[in-house]
Amino acid sequence: MADGVSDSDLSGGEESREEVTMTPAELIARLEQAWLNEKFSPELMENKSELVECVMEQLTHMEENLQRVRKGDVKASVHRMEIDRIRFVLSSYLRSRLQKIERFFPHVLEKEKSRADGDPSFLSPEEFAFAKEFLANTEVYLRNVALKHMPPNLQSIDMLKAVPEPCLDSFVFLRVKERQENILVEPETDEQREYVVDLDKGSQHLMRYRTIAPLVASGAVQLI
Amino acid sequence: MSLLTLRRNFFNVHVITTTKIYRENCLNEAKTEGKSELIPSIKFRHSCLLRNQRCIAAYLYDRLLRIRALRWEYGSVLPTTIRFHMCAEEMEWFNQYKKSLATYMRSIGGEEGLDITQDMKPPKSLYIEVRCLKDHGEFEIDDGTVILLKKNSQHFLPRWKCEQLIRQGVLEHVIS
Repeated sequence: MADGVSDSDLSGGEESREEVTMTPAELIARLEQAWLNEKFSPELMENKSELVECVMEQLTHMEENLQRVRKGDVKASVHRMEIDRIRFVLSSYLRSRLQKIERFFPHVLEKEKSRADGDPSFLSPEEFAFAKEFLANTEVYLRNVALKHMPPNLQSIDMLKAVPEPCLDSFVFLRVKERQENILVEPETDEQREYVVDLDKGSQHLMRYRTIAPLVASGAVQLI
Repeated sequence: MSLLTLRRNFFNVHVITTTKIYRENCLNEAKTEGKSELIPSIKFRHSCLLRNQRCIAAYLYDRLLRIRALRWEYGSVLPTTIRFHMCAEEMEWFNQYKKSLATYMRSIGGEEGLDITQDMKPPKSLYIEVRCLKDHGEFEIDDGTVILLKKNSQHFLPRWKCEQLIRQGVLEHVIS
């Protein structure tokens, strides 16, 4: 399958975007990178709706091709496996996101509401709707089962305080894709001084997520 | 992941105790104008009330998380044995949750959507050997052939069609 997949074909044309053509191999590689980053990061990563749309289109394309192949042909089973694998990666990616949205729902909603217009969004519109419904649903449940029977000054719960935030200090494994210099590593105990490290291309490290969060977002490092 | 019956009695006692503590606090507050020696006991009771509220909320939220897991494990229809353990509000929560989830899944990719409750494990092989654990009737696979799923019959079926039935306990993956 040598056809390229073009991003601009799918965009609604609302913003002018440069035409980015990717081969299917590059698309799947980007999907796998996004999948691994989402899986190993403690917080919700940036939203990648275009990637999801492109992959879905690619899957439909592959399924159509498969219908046209003669049954019993060996190629068919290889393609079938490929489709299943890609579908698994995409499902796993979306499941990771949904799980994080459910786990941190008040914080995720707060972050999305308070971001500036130019900043990248963390939630797709559908995910935002899902998160809002989840919040409303849970609040209604708690109110009807317990809170309405409680004394007047205890009838509400502040979800932002009740639900724990993602732990950004958890350690993650990462591989460096672009060389980075002077990364500030924060001390863990009072006796250690802060120190800076250089990250060489291709090296692998185990570091606190908080230190390298912006590098994951920019694609300079890959979580593994 | 088992869900026990909502422990209503235990729960009501808790709520009643909370209300009693609150009433004591109110009485004390009424007497406090001018006098400050009752304030520590008011504060103490208030923190007991907050703790009670937190415990109740934690217990209920834990139940919600288990119910959420049920949607991912059993699908949209829960077995009656489990439904028996849920109260009406929890059924309502479950119904709303599965509606939200369905709306979200339908919107993925912009066309028909993607059922992300499938494909839970990385695919290892195309076809798998399955044994039928209970009578399930007729089952149609992609190329149109219809298979009769009778108890103890064995079939060699496409993996992606069997996933849901394996999770529901109708089929069993035979690893020889």
